[in-house]
Amino acid sequence: MENKPRETTYEVLRRHGIDRRSFLRYCTMLTAAMGLPGSMVTQVVQAMESKPRIPVIWLHGLECTCCTESFIRSSHPIAQDIILNMISLDYDDTLQAAAGHQAEEIRRRLIEEHPGEYLLAVEGNAPTKDGGVYCTVAGQTFLDVLLETAEHAKAIVAWGSCASNGCVQAAHPNPTGATPVHELIHDKPVINVPGCPPIAEVMTGVLTYVLTFDRLPELDRFGRPKMFYGHRVHDKCQRRAFFDAGQFVEQWDDDGARQGWCLYKMGCRGPMTYNACSSMKWNNGVSFPISSGHGCLGCSENGFWDNGPFYQHLAGVPLPGIESTPDTIGKIAAAAAGVGVAAHFGSFIAKRALFGEGRDRQADTTPAKGDEA
Amino acid sequence: MSTRRVVVDPVTRIEGHLRIEAMLDGSGVIGDAISSGTMWRGIELILEGRDPRDAWAFCERICGVCTTVHALASVRAVEDAIGTKVPRNADIIRNIMFLTQYVQDHVIHFYHLHALDWVDVVSALKADPDATSKLAHAVSPRWPKSSPGYFRDLLTTLKNFVESGQLGIFANAYWGHPAYKLPPEANLMAVAHYLEALEWQKEVIKIHTVFGGKNPHPNYLVGGMASAIALQSDQAINIERLNMVRGLINEAITIVEQLYLPDLLAIAGFYPEWTQIGGGLGNYLCYGDLPQDGIDSPEAFLFPRGAILDRNLSEVLEVDPRDPEGIREEITHSWYDYPEGKQALHPWEGTTRPNYTGPEPP
Ligand code: SF4
Repeated sequence: MENKPRETTYEVLRRHGIDRRSFLRYCTMLTAAMGLPGSMVTQVVQAMESKPRIPVIWLHGLECTCCTESFIRSSHPIAQDIILNMISLDYDDTLQAAAGHQAEEIRRRLIEEHPGEYLLAVEGNAPTKDGGVYCTVAGQTFLDVLLETAEHAKAIVAWGSCASNGCVQAAHPNPTGATPVHELIHDKPVINVPGCPPIAEVMTGVLTYVLTFDRLPELDRFGRPKMFYGHRVHDKCQRRAFFDAGQFVEQWDDDGARQGWCLYKMGCRGPMTYNACSSMKWNNGVSFPISSGHGCLGCSENGFWDNGPFYQHLAGVPLPGIESTPDTIGKIAAAAAGVGVAAHFGSFIAKRALFGEGRDRQADTTPAKGDEA
Repeated sequence: MSTRRVVVDPVTRIEGHLRIEAMLDGSGVIGDAISSGTMWRGIELILEGRDPRDAWAFCERICGVCTTVHALASVRAVEDAIGTKVPRNADIIRNIMFLTQYVQDHVIHFYHLHALDWVDVVSALKADPDATSKLAHAVSPRWPKSSPGYFRDLLTTLKNFVESGQLGIFANAYWGHPAYKLPPEANLMAVAHYLEALEWQKEVIKIHTVFGGKNPHPNYLVGGMASAIALQSDQAINIERLNMVRGLINEAITIVEQLYLPDLLAIAGFYPEWTQIGGGLGNYLCYGDLPQDGIDSPEAFLFPRGAILDRNLSEVLEVDPRDPEGIREEITHSWYDYPEGKQALHPWEGTTRPNYTGPEPP
């Protein structure tokens, strides 16, 4: 916290007894974890050698702490590495030792002594109804805390669907007037990292990207990093071949369930959900919801809670050129050739119907281009 | 004697938002204390009118630290309402997931949330690595990470971290306060185990990922579980997945027996007076869990059901959750309103009407 020059990540690692070779190996792994090509390793090394540990203030508003819990599950890099070697997590009421006045003092001092230098990570969102009484910290409304901390932040990371979209507390009738960060703060860069929670390695990947390159990753029009939210779960789903072939699970205990057929008819939101679950998977690649037999809930999409019932798929959506609905796609698929295209088109239509603003979202399917050199 | 009011807000290292106001008498003893939860989202109101099959997902988001238990309670409530008995395999999977969370959560609470009230991280800098190694061997003879070299490395890491001046989550705390009782060696050992447990908790939770697809917030299903079991299928819970679960369970047993419990007992030995503090009103209620023969046969639960009144451990009273007089939620000390001036209702009759009358924030 003192006003002395901060050490670079490399210096910290050196003093921790890590030799140059291990440091380089670490940088190579980090580069891969961020999904960057091998040619970028030199740049990562340079960044690690010259950048000090950036102070981070991590606030908690209306939330359930699942984002913090996800964060500490990260496998590459592990949370310990981030907390001890890459950032200086100066304020985080879930993990920090200090409490009460001592905790608040850290936040105030950082705002006063290092304006414009710290990252603000927000988990949860702010209630705006009834004067903001539904979430207070040290007697202050969370809304106030958020605004005053954001004012001098370098940039803001909105963790999870709460901070990015509103999530469960903003579902109808939104009793507390829960409002996501980007609707409250307009004069700072905000990275939205939706998901309930986001995948651990997506969280640490976003952080390490910002730390390494000192700039935000390429974002889509909803403020989400394209490298993790550029594709639909459906695009890379392991059950996709069954979708295209029209083989659907119809009952939770039918043979299709045991064979791993497509969960579309069981309510899967994979065709409408932009997230990295089917490519990166969860908890160091062990599985993801669809792989474990349950449809995708669409937890990274805006308003997904009000998009239920979760176990009901969209029925009665006519397909152009075919007098059919997704219900009968399966039967047609069994009979017709080239039906994958039709089925895909069916999901495209279904998506538009599911989300009021779906038309716009379609524009964002282009994958992130090869990263900046 | 003059009294003093101490406010701790935010209380850190918990899930959620908590404020404690304590009234101290002249000799510094707390005579009275008020705690308030300072966050409210109204999940009950949001659930109204929804498809009951979806309810578990909403309820699960009550807490992302004890992620699973609220979802489990919710699917059971819906199954009870529609009179469904779930397959035995579903109960077994749910029990394994419940216990995984139970063990992981206890370890996290001890090391990462509570321990910093007993473990002085800065005092650990004064530890002698050889003596720490001896202590670690004495506390847990079979735990492998306990060589003098291991603790010497950690000491270097810790020294450099503290000297950098950027203490991060350890900044501005109460290091050096006389209420910390552990010798430097015990502090160093505890810091080592803090980091080891942090590493382990992300492993054991993979059991949730196998059965529920992800963690935090694995998926549940009214009527059973969605993860199909087919030992010879390449797409379901097969023999490879079960082997993975078994391996993680064995690892968890080792952590509890060789790390968590020995540390707990060793640290508790330095704070005997803490056993006299707290305990609430002395009335305890447990609904029981881990069904062996369905949720309707509490007599076959591995965690028995019962109530204890007035700290009388010799008598465990029977509990019937359906008895309108047996279980009641009171609003006397909360910011809610009940119809017709009622103060207590059985949960089935309960309503959720916020009525905040606390202090107005500036
Ligand atoms: S509908 Fe769901 S289960 Fe089927 S292929 Fe798409 S994402 Fe996978």
